[in-house]
Amino acid sequence: MTALIEVIRGIGRRVVDGVWRMGVATRFFLLTLLYSGQGFRRFHLIVREIYSSGVLSLIIILVSGLFVGMVLALQGYETLQTYGSEEALGVLVSLSLVRELGPVVAALLFASRAGSAITAEIGLMRATEQIAAMEMMAVNPIARVVAPRFWGAVISMPFLAALFSAMGIFGGYLVGVVLIGVDEGSFWSQMQAAVDFREDILNGVIKSVVFGVAVTAIALFEGYDAPPTAEGVSRATTRTVVTSSLAILGLDFVLTAFMFRGV
Amino acid sequence: MQRATLDLWVGFFVVAGIAAVLFLALKVGNMGAFETGQTYTVKATFANIGGLKTRAPVKSAGVVVGRVVDIGFDTELYEATVTLNLDARFPFPRDSSAAIMTSGLLGEQYIALEAGGDDKMLANGDTIRLTQGAVVLENLIGQFLYSKAAEETPGASPAQ
Repeated sequence: MTALIEVIRGIGRRVVDGVWRMGVATRFFLLTLLYSGQGFRRFHLIVREIYSSGVLSLIIILVSGLFVGMVLALQGYETLQTYGSEEALGVLVSLSLVRELGPVVAALLFASRAGSAITAEIGLMRATEQIAAMEMMAVNPIARVVAPRFWGAVISMPFLAALFSAMGIFGGYLVGVVLIGVDEGSFWSQMQAAVDFREDILNGVIKSVVFGVAVTAIALFEGYDAPPTAEGVSRATTRTVVTSSLAILGLDFVLTAFMFRGV
Repeated sequence: MQRATLDLWVGFFVVAGIAAVLFLALKVGNMGAFETGQTYTVKATFANIGGLKTRAPVKSAGVVVGRVVDIGFDTELYEATVTLNLDARFPFPRDSSAAIMTSGLLGEQYIALEAGGDDKMLANGDTIRLTQGAVVLENLIGQFLYSKAAEETPGASPAQ
């Protein structure tokens, strides 16, 4: 009987802790937004963060985009050829990239490349008491450290997703038209007829902005909340990648259900 | 890192990102095709629209002259009302006819506009009177089987 009560108490403790953490995370996110104004007044801080989370992620995004597009074209050609509609290859590659793969895969790469770096950096700043030192000097660490990182990453994300999609379409063009020999004119013209600016491209950009906010908010909070030990920072970094990947996939389903219903 | 180098890299990144968005908008998407131009809206009612969807093209002589913007249902006529956005550069006579066609055997459905001979042109808000709905494959097969059966019944008795 006491064992059963212990089990139920354990479940209760986990739920209370979870809700507590959610509340702290939400407060942290709102504080970040509140102190963003100070971050924007010193714009060079944001520029530095755009460099570290955007420019430094460029290589992995461009190369992955190219290869994802090339593989899509190879696999898509195999299937489309069975129905004699190889010309629809451009439509297949561009729609899958612009609507889904561009924002989602770019955000997953972004979470593991930039999100983990943000968590480790802030976690170490906390562990080495740099954040405490700032508080001692009456510098608000959220305005000085957290908000610039948030906006730098949120600004970078849509650009990275667009570059991923553009690179993927170029990869699809390379494999489909140059390598396999699908007719170039119908490749582009069918693509242009099928892809709508507002319905497809703009919705993809909206998705990437939402993913950027989610990934960065998770990464910042995990870093700020990490126990100030080597083990704590390493676990926080792992949690950032896992949680933000799951958040991206879950949010993607919700957004897709709203955006492309009945199209 | 030097401030100037940092700014250069970030500027390069932002320019590349904007170029990617422009590439997607202009080369991949159909923005600037004619959606930005002047259009006029006409309605047409069909007995059956088959698999027609919004954003389907409206073609005349094979050239895209507009798009389907809305599909509704008229509860008085019990027919589908389709709203078409036509490019203002292409005026059509008032007695033009609209038919729902399929591009290829399995392709998407579109509306084919056949120009009439009236002097007056379709204006914004007009309705196209002459329409022909989509061909339903099941009805076609049904008619075919029915006519086959009708052919064979008279021929069956002299054979005995």
